[in-house]
Amino acid sequence: MTDLYREAEALLPLPAATFHILMAVADDDRHGYAIIQEIADRTGGTLRLSAGTLYRSIQRMLEQGLIVEPRQRPARDDDDERRRYYRITPLGTAVAKAEARRLEDLVNMARARGLAPRKV
Amino acid sequence: MRAYRWLLRLYPASFRHEYGAEMAAMFARRLRDAGGPVSRLSVWTSTLGEVVANASLVHFDILRQDLRYTMRTLARTPGFAMTAILIVALGIGATTAAFSVTDFVLIRPLPFAAPDRLVKLYERIPGFSRLELSAPNYRDWTQANRSYERIGLYHLTTANMLGAAEPLSVAGAAVTAGLFPTLGVQPLIGRFIVDGEDRTGAPGVVLLSYRLWQTQFGGDPGILGRRLTLDAESYSVIGVMPREFRFPFSGTQLWIAMRFGEQDDADRNNYWLYAVGRLRAGVTIDQARVEMQTMAARSRQQYPKENANVDAAVFRLSDEVSEQSRLLLLALCGAAGCVLLIACANLANLLLARALGRRRELAVRTAIGAGRERMVRQLLTESLLLAAAGGALGVAVARTAVPLLNRLVPLTLPIAGVPAVDSRVLLFAIALTAITGVAFGLAPVLSAGGDAGLAALHEGSRSGGGRREPLRAALVVAEIIASVVLLVSAGLLIRALWTIQAVDPGFKADHVLTLGTGLPARQYGKVAAREAFYSRVLSEVRALPGVVNAAYGSYVPLGKMRGGLWPVAVDANPIVPGTRDIAFIRFVTPGYFATFGIPIKAGREISEADVQDREPFAAIVSESFVKRYWPGKTAASALGRHITFGFAGRVVVGVAGDVKMRGLERQAEPQVYLSHRQVADDGIIGYIPRSLAVRTAADPAAFAPAIRAIIRRVDPTLPVSDVSRLTEIVEDDTASRQAQLRVIGAFAVIAFVLAGIGIHGLLSFAVSQRAQEIGVRMALGAQGRDILRLIVWRTFRLALAGIAPGLALAYVSGRAMQALLFGIAPSDIPTYSAAVGLTLLMTLAGTVLPTLRALRVDPIASIRTE
Repeated sequence: MTDLYREAEALLPLPAATFHILMAVADDDRHGYAIIQEIADRTGGTLRLSAGTLYRSIQRMLEQGLIVEPRQRPARDDDDERRRYYRITPLGTAVAKAEARRLEDLVNMARARGLAPRKV
Repeated sequence: MRAYRWLLRLYPASFRHEYGAEMAAMFARRLRDAGGPVSRLSVWTSTLGEVVANASLVHFDILRQDLRYTMRTLARTPGFAMTAILIVALGIGATTAAFSVTDFVLIRPLPFAAPDRLVKLYERIPGFSRLELSAPNYRDWTQANRSYERIGLYHLTTANMLGAAEPLSVAGAAVTAGLFPTLGVQPLIGRFIVDGEDRTGAPGVVLLSYRLWQTQFGGDPGILGRRLTLDAESYSVIGVMPREFRFPFSGTQLWIAMRFGEQDDADRNNYWLYAVGRLRAGVTIDQARVEMQTMAARSRQQYPKENANVDAAVFRLSDEVSEQSRLLLLALCGAAGCVLLIACANLANLLLARALGRRRELAVRTAIGAGRERMVRQLLTESLLLAAAGGALGVAVARTAVPLLNRLVPLTLPIAGVPAVDSRVLLFAIALTAITGVAFGLAPVLSAGGDAGLAALHEGSRSGGGRREPLRAALVVAEIIASVVLLVSAGLLIRALWTIQAVDPGFKADHVLTLGTGLPARQYGKVAAREAFYSRVLSEVRALPGVVNAAYGSYVPLGKMRGGLWPVAVDANPIVPGTRDIAFIRFVTPGYFATFGIPIKAGREISEADVQDREPFAAIVSESFVKRYWPGKTAASALGRHITFGFAGRVVVGVAGDVKMRGLERQAEPQVYLSHRQVADDGIIGYIPRSLAVRTAADPAAFAPAIRAIIRRVDPTLPVSDVSRLTEIVEDDTASRQAQLRVIGAFAVIAFVLAGIGIHGLLSFAVSQRAQEIGVRMALGAQGRDILRLIVWRTFRLALAGIAPGLALAYVSGRAMQALLFGIAPSDIPTYSAAVGLTLLMTLAGTVLPTLRALRVDPIASIRTE
């Protein structure tokens, strides 16, 4: 675990797009368009990744081992042969968690200085 | 949609293949959702920006990855990396250094406004293609001329400047008001000379060079209006020229107004004015030439006597480079090109060998999904990285080498003495590096990136084994060809230099010190004043212990000033101007011939008895003079004959040996020596003796301080300049050749070594690839002798394949630089034999290690693996 932890720490801070993509595939395997949709829904439409940004990030995340293309595809009605799905890896999960922790620490520090609203 | 697919081509192919289809589908969906034409348009614009930005980012990602990978692989083979970088550095360093000097002298436009419109006007008489203009001809030819926007005149001058810590002899130019506007320059501070200031009687004004202003006046901003004494006359400083302004030469330190006198206008055969013209926009140099020649033809009719053979000549200002300088530089470039070629061939060979060694690795990478495009990109990144590192080092090499080449920059150009390695040169080096990296990186890319495929995987560790390598052999042959050409060229140039250095200058240069004392015309125009000065200085110098003799003369032979050809007539004939009947004029004091060691072949040398009021005046002529004007006569028979020379009739009292006045490589032109006393007061003032020569028993340089002290005692206002051993002056005559030869020689050595390394590399590789075959042969009974024959024969064939065309090309290049060879034939047998011998030796040396390795192959081990 410590190895994974150290490996994850080395990749921080994450680019925003990467963090969002990790969150989008955290609970379920998704294809490219679904990732864009999921991010747009989650952010209330404020963040809409472009195709180029998405696949550039995906390429790098594949190389870094944060995501993989699973062998079995989800059995869904709307599955399309051409689509490629992405699944988060244990390293991807570790990295997302580490990034979340990093951001939380940051927010806590800001809070201590009165720069963010107190927790209720 | 087709437009979008086309746009996707901005992405690297690998990325496009992977994600292109999905991206296109997404884009189609967005376009469908957009609806109206306005929002479709907005989708398009945002997509356009997004694709361009992301595509460059993806390219950048790949580059970063490739670089990281390359650094890792190179770090694993530091020997290979270092060799490759060094080879490229040598090639690019050599070429860049040669280019920077050549560009500086031959290509780069002169630092004036619209320099291509600047021309120089000359007179031309048979035998002299560029003669300065006489004032009346200049007036006649240019008055009605429509070719020029402006014309400026100048002539060279040296002035003794008082006002600095020591009296200083300063090289300058006297110019007309039109000169600076013609060149299209502005003063740094102050103003230019204006019309009226270039007339007789106008108050003296002077412009300083930036360097003189900085070194002698500390860059004083209040310099304007300051008064200086130049040759005992008062001048006021009216301006300072910009730092980079050099005209007419790089050493010019000040500019004074040229003041035309009445008598200057009279003599049509007094060639003394340099003229620079700016062509009108749209006028070609040929038009200007035709117009000038028409004018010259008209003045030939008008003044048939004075202008008998006189024509006009127009040259570009940028063409003031001698044919020799041009050839020296072009030969240098050719040599540098050879070095670059060899370096590139070597690099390509190294990369090829490496690629062959890495076939398996590359095949594996291809098998696990790296596309061909990615492989090619990776290999190109590697060769470009190597080339870039080599190029950077090469520029450093060039920076160090360029100052060594400054002797190849002719002093007659209005440019700095030392070329700078500036942005232009850097750009050249970068372009060269890029070409080297791509072109020679491409060879292995094509052979490795191509059909690497599964074949290599199957082949296993024996990939490339037993195969002939025609491409690599061809590269090695190219290296041999280039090194043969370089060896022969360097050899021919060495032989030429030796021949020139063996030329007898006509005087004995060792143990002579020469010094310049610029006697100003105003104080020393009268013969009596000069005589008083010479006799005091000479008697005191001769009294110094260790001094053998001392004398004054007009100029030092082979020194900076090599002019002074005056019209002459022999026997009862009158002088015919504009003909080739001319001779060098030199005024000397008694003891001149003994001091220089110039032999007197008949009669006597100038003596104390040859004074102003003793007629007839005496003359000593050279043997070449006798040969030219009294052909077939002996030296002794010339004695007592009459000549008209230097505005007087004179009688030949002696014949001296020939002196190479204008250069060791030139024929000795006729020379006449006159007693400095046998001239009218204030006559021929440009040629009064100003150079002191002292023959000593020991190292002459040691006498300089004592001699300076004597001159200071006799006239404290006289600056002493150009102190040097006569041997150094003779040596200087071949300095540009020596500089060029040193560099070409270094190139030849580099080429030689690189070609040797290339042969060694090729054979080592061949032997290691064929180790099994050799082992099997030995097991089947082949002797060491047979193996040796196998390898040596291969080498010999390579050497022959390179030497034969190399010799042919060497002959061609020898012909091209024949003008530099000083009589050595471009087919000089000893040079060619030496080059062939050295090349064979080099190929054999390259064979030694691979052969030993081949002989040590263990047959048992070979068979076991088979």
